Amino acid sequence: MLAEDVDQQKSHISQCFQEYQKELDCRHDKHERLVKLSRDVTIESKRAIFLMQRSSGSNKSDEVLDQAWQKITGIQQQKFLPMAKELHGEDPHQFLRAYSAGLQEYIEAVSFYHYLKSKTLVSLEQVQSDLTFTAQSDDTEPPQEKAISVHVPPSEYMLGLADLTGELMRFAINSVGSGNLDCPNDVCAYLRRMLGGFESLGQVSREMNRKVYTLRQSLQKVEAACYTLQIRGSEIPKHMLKDVFRSVPGAESSYMEERDLDE
Amino acid sequence: MDAHESAERIAEVFADFQSYFSKEQDLREEIRSTVRELEQTAREIHAVLQKVHQKDGSENVVNVCKSTESNFETARKQFKELSAKIPENQYYRFNDHWKYALQKLSFLSALVTYLKTEKLVSREETAAMIGVKLRQAEGFHMDLDDYLIGLLQMASELSRLAVNSVTAGDFHRPMRIAKFVAELDAGFRLLNLKNDALRKRFDGLKYDLKKVEEVVYDLSIRGLKPVEGT
Repeated sequence: MLAEDVDQQKSHISQCFQEYQKELDCRHDKHERLVKLSRDVTIESKRAIFLMQRSSGSNKSDEVLDQAWQKITGIQQQKFLPMAKELHGEDPHQFLRAYSAGLQEYIEAVSFYHYLKSKTLVSLEQVQSDLTFTAQSDDTEPPQEKAISVHVPPSEYMLGLADLTGELMRFAINSVGSGNLDCPNDVCAYLRRMLGGFESLGQVSREMNRKVYTLRQSLQKVEAACYTLQIRGSEIPKHMLKDVFRSVPGAESSYMEERDLDE
Repeated sequence: MDAHESAERIAEVFADFQSYFSKEQDLREEIRSTVRELEQTAREIHAVLQKVHQKDGSENVVNVCKSTESNFETARKQFKELSAKIPENQYYRFNDHWKYALQKLSFLSALVTYLKTEKLVSREETAAMIGVKLRQAEGFHMDLDDYLIGLLQMASELSRLAVNSVTAGDFHRPMRIAKFVAELDAGFRLLNLKNDALRKRFDGLKYDLKKVEEVVYDLSIRGLKPVEGT
């Protein structure tokens, strides 16, 4: 090889790598922006969940639920809309790891809301359609409306539902304190059905296994609460029952810990 | 909604997911079987290329490279087969399965190209050699990371070749390899790497460079370094 050739190749290599640098930076930046949005979604969703947990104590639970729904739509518009814009035209699975945590927390909040509102399990279609937006397309003239969305893979939806069960457990325990003695029995039946569903799936992923394990523990706590309710219900005045439930291990304390951590 | 309806809804949700999940498992199994074939092809090419480390092989580099052509043809066919199985826009849902094979083939194409022309394989050439697309928008493509990891694997192989060339009595080749690996290193230094697989692989490049430089040093102090232009 002649000396000239060598020099040429040298500059060629560095030219190529300069281009690669741009491409890598561009992708890393997008990833970072999505991680940030996802973190915001997690925080806001947790706040909505805490708000709904408090609805168990108040007699204005409808009002609290409306507030929670406002929070949830706020998350959709302020966090998921920019996320959908970032993801437009990309393979949704490429960046899933960046926003998976936020998405699961959001699904937990939404499904909790729907449970409290109407005792229904929110469907995947519903979750997906909440996260589908119409946006003005810039590249066509005149501007047209197009649908952009944050893709919700079924496995993320299921993982979000698995998290919901933990919230239901806390809700059931808390609601005893406010005098709602039917709630634990309702939740207990609901959790049993969910657990049955998850167990019928068999091996899905390690993450799922971990959550199902937690679900089983939550169910046991609610079952213990139902048992106590049955046994002690006749002998203690209602307003004192809450103190009994404070001694159910893990239930109240884990809720408090999590709240301290985040707020 | 009464309890009965609610129970039905839950059953429905789980049944839907069950069928989604078992379909995914079937597809993954199919992908795995094609990827296994691809990995076998890559291993065969690698085995053939090992000949260049031997004395008689290093004199016949061109022939050795030529004999891998049919294997690359097989790889192109297998990638085509694989890409037909991946639903549109779901490349990244499954790409863990073939990432390793893709990196290895990127490495092999870079090595063959260097042995033939002593130049750095371009991203376009690699994509064409192994039969994948260059850009994500065009279909089954090669990630930039996988191409770059392939180049880093080549640097390791070349540092080994530098040592073995000396053993085989070829003192010119190590000089050229040293220059080439140094250029590659300079190129990689331009990248802002995150703490990922590419970064980990890049961290090994300095050892390869060091090894090649040591070969050059050993030749130099013994007066075995060939005079420029001979």
